[in-house]
Amino acid sequence: MEPLERYRPIVDDFEAFLAACERPLGNAVRVNAIKATVDRATAALEAEGVGYERADWNPRVLRLETDSPGSTWSSFHGFTHGQEEVSAVPATVLEPEPGERVWDSCAAPGGKATQLAALMDDRGTVVANDSNLGRISALRFNAERLGATSLAVTNDDARNYSLERFDFEEFDRSLVDAPCSCEGTIRKNPDALDGWSEGYLDEVSGIQKGILGRAVQATREGGTVVYSTCTFAPEENEAVVQHVLEAEDCRVVDFDLDLEHSPGLTEWDGDEYDSSLERAARIYPHQNDTGGFFVAKLEVTA
Amino acid sequence: MGNDASNGVSEGDLEQNDGQQFGRLPATAAERTVEGRASREAVVDYFADRFGIAPETFDDHTFWEKGAGKIWVYGGSAPSPVEIEALGMTCLRTRQEHWKPTTDFVQRFGREADECVIELEPDEARAFAAGEDRDLERWDGDWGYLIAAHDVAGELEPIGVGLYVHGELRSMVPKGRQREL
Ligand SMILES: C[S@@+](CC[C@H](N)C(=O)[O-])C[C@H]1O[C@@H](n2cnc3c(N)ncnc32)[C@H](O)[C@@H]1O
Repeated sequence: MEPLERYRPIVDDFEAFLAACERPLGNAVRVNAIKATVDRATAALEAEGVGYERADWNPRVLRLETDSPGSTWSSFHGFTHGQEEVSAVPATVLEPEPGERVWDSCAAPGGKATQLAALMDDRGTVVANDSNLGRISALRFNAERLGATSLAVTNDDARNYSLERFDFEEFDRSLVDAPCSCEGTIRKNPDALDGWSEGYLDEVSGIQKGILGRAVQATREGGTVVYSTCTFAPEENEAVVQHVLEAEDCRVVDFDLDLEHSPGLTEWDGDEYDSSLERAARIYPHQNDTGGFFVAKLEVTA
Repeated sequence: MGNDASNGVSEGDLEQNDGQQFGRLPATAAERTVEGRASREAVVDYFADRFGIAPETFDDHTFWEKGAGKIWVYGGSAPSPVEIEALGMTCLRTRQEHWKPTTDFVQRFGREADECVIELEPDEARAFAAGEDRDLERWDGDWGYLIAAHDVAGELEPIGVGLYVHGELRSMVPKGRQREL
């Protein structure tokens, strides 16, 4: 937990935050609307005697009372997909519409890409990309199990992504669910902080800036880009968005979120960020008894 | 597709299938430019004839081939041919005597089927999902590939593809998809 000490000045009720980080997390699933309505999925769970509780903020998110959510009929049929509750936030903030062209730049193993497809009623094009070929097979497996026919899968570095192979030139929306130091997953992976170092923050924030910058370029004027991480480090969150605000044509916009959260930071460690970064959301584990997440929504202005 | 899709193209004039890229299926066999490639019409007819899945089910989808005979169903946009990891999902194996649908296709579209669907009892369904073969003398329909389904909360739900021969239903659920439920 030691690396988390640096967030004492920015987290309200820091002791509750630390205590939440030490508690293991339950099993949440997302209902996959491509294959089942919420009613059908919950009826299937009830029929096999699996208890659940609905999340208030999102009717498609369920907390399961079972230790093996992967060996239910509901999972076998692809009615539900194991996905941490907060990890269902970024796709809903991106709000893709049926028929649109959407880029998921860092998509493996596909929880959010398949959620995007479901939000689009599986109509349109979701380009699910990841630079890691090994993780692409997990992405493909999940896409097929969940019945997502609108996914096109590519294996490239998102920083210099080319749309040449497609018959369109830009995306309507893009999601950058970036590789990160994963501090917010500590409740799922108790060793998440083991390799923590400031050097890693420097390295990974360079990659994050490169991917987010490319996503803004690849998205049409008036289109939307969502940036998310499962970490608390401002170097990987506000600082990355600040960099892209300066380098590309975009602005930070507001969004509604029915989960308790804190605003994005406007200063950290002697650096100041644009006041619009307050529109971003920091979700801490003690606020809703979930993992941690950062989400910012950008509009492309040229 | 073609301006020069003149009639009378003989098999010898056709291109060979390139297993590295996705090529969109021609609408009909007459418009074929790749040797041995199934047409969209033949694929849609197969699903209708064998399983009673209405052709309109696929109005918003295109079909593609990658590898020899591996057919994919895709709802998005892409040019043909295209080099890419995946387009939608694999749905069917052609270029073999008996075409074979995939488990994931059957789970996604099999609810539309009303022929060659075999309903399994709870213990049979569990065995099927675990990849086990079972003697099932009660089936008096066609032999070959069937959709195995079971009751989930009052509705029939497809589990996957089974091969029915000599009174036995063989589970075709791929290893990675098998589960002990
Ligand atoms: C947080 S994970 C994505 C999780 C995924 N969005 C989901 O919901 O299942 C970050 C991903 O970024 C990928 N990645 C890392 N560097 C990348 C790059 N330069 N271009 C594209 N993907 C990259 C990693 O392989 C990893 O799969």
